[in-house]
Amino acid sequence: MDLSLSTRTVGDRTVVEVGGEIDVYTAPKLREQLVELVNDGNHHLVVDMERVDFLDSTGLGVLVGGLKRVRAQEGSLRLVCNQERILKIFRITGLTKVFPIHESVDEAIAATD
Amino acid sequence: MATVELRFSASPEHVRTARLVAAAVARRAGVDESVLDELRLAVGEACSRAVGLHAVHGLTTPVRVELTEAEKSFSIEVGDDAPSSVPAPRDQSAAEAAEDTDELGLAVISGLVDDVEVVSDAHGGRIRMSWPIATASVV
Repeated sequence: MDLSLSTRTVGDRTVVEVGGEIDVYTAPKLREQLVELVNDGNHHLVVDMERVDFLDSTGLGVLVGGLKRVRAQEGSLRLVCNQERILKIFRITGLTKVFPIHESVDEAIAATD
Repeated sequence: MATVELRFSASPEHVRTARLVAAAVARRAGVDESVLDELRLAVGEACSRAVGLHAVHGLTTPVRVELTEAEKSFSIEVGDDAPSSVPAPRDQSAAEAAEDTDELGLAVISGLVDDVEVVSDAHGGRIRMSWPIATASVV
């Protein structure tokens, strides 16, 4: 399965819904999307990963890159994920300490630091 | 000899094929269903790393994947032709490591696989991983 991406705006948040597989082949597409959103002035991103079937370290690298970009604009990048197999990858790499991870899009949108 | 051997051009689009083949052969060998997801991820990480190393070194040779079924274990060896590719361990934060996906890939592999060996010399590197095979009940 390939990567699917769609974006929508809720208030000052931009929700990026990601589906399919994020790996060494598809991750550049996600990187492009995040870079474009930030360049267009969307600095508060919510990446919804509920429909992601596969995520590897290349995908993690892209998300960290996105986080750095929004932080440079005093923005935020929140993740939505309930899937244990995906969450496990964040845990073993220590990235649960780096990303705010929420159980639902609504929760991520409502969240403030 | 390996049960199944795979060679693919060192391009990102073939890594998914390697993942699928590895998971299919592992399932057939009797590797527990509950670890197949992890196996798929680990072999994908090893192949992505090999593809990246071939790109960095401008190599046109293929990446090799050997899937071997033994009596009590299933092993996967991913071989690359990049000279001395084992990175020296460095003290850095997770976020810093994440920028260097090569190191993050190795971190994922060692977090997922109990039995893993990374070796490298002047001719190339190998990541060898193995998983136990559940003792099949006689039907």
